[in-house]
Amino acid sequence: MTDRNMAKTARLKQRYAAEARFKLYGKLAIAAALSAVFFLLYTIFTAGYSAFWRTQIQSEVKLDANFLKVTPQSSNEELARANYLGLFRKNVVENNPDIKSRSERRDLIQMFSESAETDLRDLVLSDPSLLGTTQKLWFLASSPVDTIVKGAAPRNIEEERRVVSNLQLRLLDQWTAESRVGSTFNINFFTRGDSRNPELAGLAGALAGSFWALLVCFVISFPMGIAAAIYLEEFAPKNRITEIIEVNINNLAAVPSIIFGLLGLAVILNFFGVPRSTPLAGGIVLSLMTLPTIIIACRATLKAVPPSIRQGALAMGASPMQVVLHHVLPLALPGTLTGTIIGLAQALGETAPLLMIGMFAFVVDIPTSPLESAAALPVQVYLWAESSERGFVELTAAAIMVILVFLVLMNLLAVIFRKKFERRW
Amino acid sequence: MFPYLLAAILLISLSGFYLGRKQATNLRSQTKLHSLPQYHGYFIALWCGIPTILLILLWTALEPILLGNLVRNHLESQSGGLTPTDYVIMTEEVRNLAAGVALGTQDPLILETAELMRSLQQSSQWSMVVVTLLFAMLIMAFTRTKVAPGFKARHGVELLFNSFLFISSTIAILTTIGIVLSLIFETFRFFEMVPITEFLFGLKWYPQIAIRADQVAGEGAWGAIPVFSGTLLISFVAMLVAGPIGLMSAIYFSEYASPKMCGVTKPILEILAGIPTVVYGFFAALTLAPLVRDGGIAIGLDVEARSALAAGLVMGVMIIPFISSLSDDVINAVPQTLRDGSYAMGATKSETIRQVIIPAALPGIVSAFMLAISRAIGETMIVAMAAGLNANLTLNPLENVTTVTVQIVVALIGDQEFDDPKTLSAFALGLVLFIVTLILNVVALAIVKKYREKYD
Repeated sequence: MTDRNMAKTARLKQRYAAEARFKLYGKLAIAAALSAVFFLLYTIFTAGYSAFWRTQIQSEVKLDANFLKVTPQSSNEELARANYLGLFRKNVVENNPDIKSRSERRDLIQMFSESAETDLRDLVLSDPSLLGTTQKLWFLASSPVDTIVKGAAPRNIEEERRVVSNLQLRLLDQWTAESRVGSTFNINFFTRGDSRNPELAGLAGALAGSFWALLVCFVISFPMGIAAAIYLEEFAPKNRITEIIEVNINNLAAVPSIIFGLLGLAVILNFFGVPRSTPLAGGIVLSLMTLPTIIIACRATLKAVPPSIRQGALAMGASPMQVVLHHVLPLALPGTLTGTIIGLAQALGETAPLLMIGMFAFVVDIPTSPLESAAALPVQVYLWAESSERGFVELTAAAIMVILVFLVLMNLLAVIFRKKFERRW
Repeated sequence: MFPYLLAAILLISLSGFYLGRKQATNLRSQTKLHSLPQYHGYFIALWCGIPTILLILLWTALEPILLGNLVRNHLESQSGGLTPTDYVIMTEEVRNLAAGVALGTQDPLILETAELMRSLQQSSQWSMVVVTLLFAMLIMAFTRTKVAPGFKARHGVELLFNSFLFISSTIAILTTIGIVLSLIFETFRFFEMVPITEFLFGLKWYPQIAIRADQVAGEGAWGAIPVFSGTLLISFVAMLVAGPIGLMSAIYFSEYASPKMCGVTKPILEILAGIPTVVYGFFAALTLAPLVRDGGIAIGLDVEARSALAAGLVMGVMIIPFISSLSDDVINAVPQTLRDGSYAMGATKSETIRQVIIPAALPGIVSAFMLAISRAIGETMIVAMAAGLNANLTLNPLENVTTVTVQIVVALIGDQEFDDPKTLSAFALGLVLFIVTLILNVVALAIVKKYREKYD
């Protein structure tokens, strides 16, 4: 008897242990997934937050009118054409008289970003009376100096493997001691287009490209999606054709995005002749991908509108089209908008099809219409991630942070829409 | 020019609307109308605007073809005795010159033809403006005569609307047809250059075309087996990560977790589903690949800088929310009576899950896994950034492999000529990808459909 009891308890113990183990596996799985989320976000944040500020170096510049061959009375055009780069170099060299050899001078000048030239030009253009005076000005440091200051590149290694030379490092320490090295908010990142120089590269071009592409995508897919959903849900006869259409829409939602890129390349670019690399082409491809999402969302909300509303309108003598356009669609629109926002959020993050149709243009100017060459946000991330220069790593991560902020905002908007217009019948 | 023309057409349509509505309102004060006054207005506006805009589109589509032919004839009659390629090059130059792209061409024939083309383009543009505006006004005048008490304007408007709805719903089909046709068409051209047997069964993939004939891999090698095997290897690694984690978290969420815990952790997991894949790619290339490499070296393994393991691990993380939310749905769909019956027999919760719920939900879980595999196979950015470019026939996840999607990206980035096998191979690979994912999706959806019928 006791033997059987003992065996029973042992068996029970075993079963309870198995139960606990199984539960633990579940917890472990969730913990693993959650830690992946946090690890990912943590990596992006730590790699990217430093991109929002830039190292700058203070330097004295004598705005020598003779060297520039202009006078305060010169026309703006003459002022703009003067040799500010030469002036800047001359000043930097004169400020450090102990540096003699050519290569050392080059090292010295290369500690500053190329933007010094435009900074000086803008200064003189805004106030020509400054010509002839000596100004203490802050200039952007070049990207290698910036990475050293931020600690993103190691400094205690031999010169060949370091991003800056011994001389540059010595000068940097000297200037830091004189508190001539500071930092400033990286306004370039939000106002400028792409650049080969990490310290000057900005996201504005990609933001504009994404904006135009999403606008084209919305303009095409929103009305088309609603129209398709209305037809299928309200008017379509149940026959072979509509069945094929329905199966097709579901399948299209699961086709890999790169296939849409091939479609865009072969049909939209080569057959219809839409210009390559433009947000117009990108938006058309994205709209084909977003269409199924919008159709499915719109159909779901149309289905949720109770039949009594339709019957009521019909009873008042409205035609079927009037019933839909005046009564059912207005009720279904908020839900459709929610689905559309989610679809656009997906489109915002899509990269592969845009790569196929050439939306990876190196664009310094910010595109002002959907017909100009452009890059999109995720494509910019891809391009910067493939760059070998160290300064682009933080830019890539910062660009990702911008995308994520937009995604969060869009999803928030969708949630607010859903909450605000949620209706129970 | 184009925007102004559109604005003018819009203006004509709008005035058509107001005129029609006014006329109908006047009529209405005297007699009974079939349709409300605004429908008469809509009728005029729509029948004015839509055909005219279609005419403009047709014109802009046909103009380059027609002009191209004219220019060609001109070149032919002026020069005589040129090869077809010469004509292509010359027409291209003429086109560029006419568009204002200065090329520094000195050939008087080309300069003259460009001048001709420019004047032709200009007269075509102007005649388009005149013709379309006249057309729009003619239709307006004609449709205005239709306004009458018995005229069924609403039916005319609704007919147009209905056709718009129907056309919109066929876009999905047109897209699919477009995909299939473009893939098949280009793939055929590829197989004209490369035998299909080599593509399907060859073991070497060197898509580089040699610049000189005597270079190694001079012809390029087009055996796609290593590309397929790399895809499968990475997808396999991804499923090893995502399968257990996704399934176990789905089970935990639906069977064990309190609503409060679900409310907190589920949204966090859903973040994973919303992150763009290029972000995963960056994460894989920047953080995980070096981590995997250093970890491998620490335990004495030789891991390459870009390994199938790193790409697969990150891809697995990406797919977790996909599997967990799909499986969650299926597990929740298992009727409570099955659970209650099992508990009544004295089974513990985990025994119930393993022996009752999972078997009952199995078809749904299988289809979730199939959809996840199809997604892993079609994923591009992670592998493009974290896996390799060299086709490598191996089963070792520590080595560098390449995938179908990566090869498509590699072949089509940059300037392409559509008559070399490197570019066309992307379409052949795309066709295989499309077929495989389509089969997986269709089978998965079919399983779900069949399974649903069981409990509903």
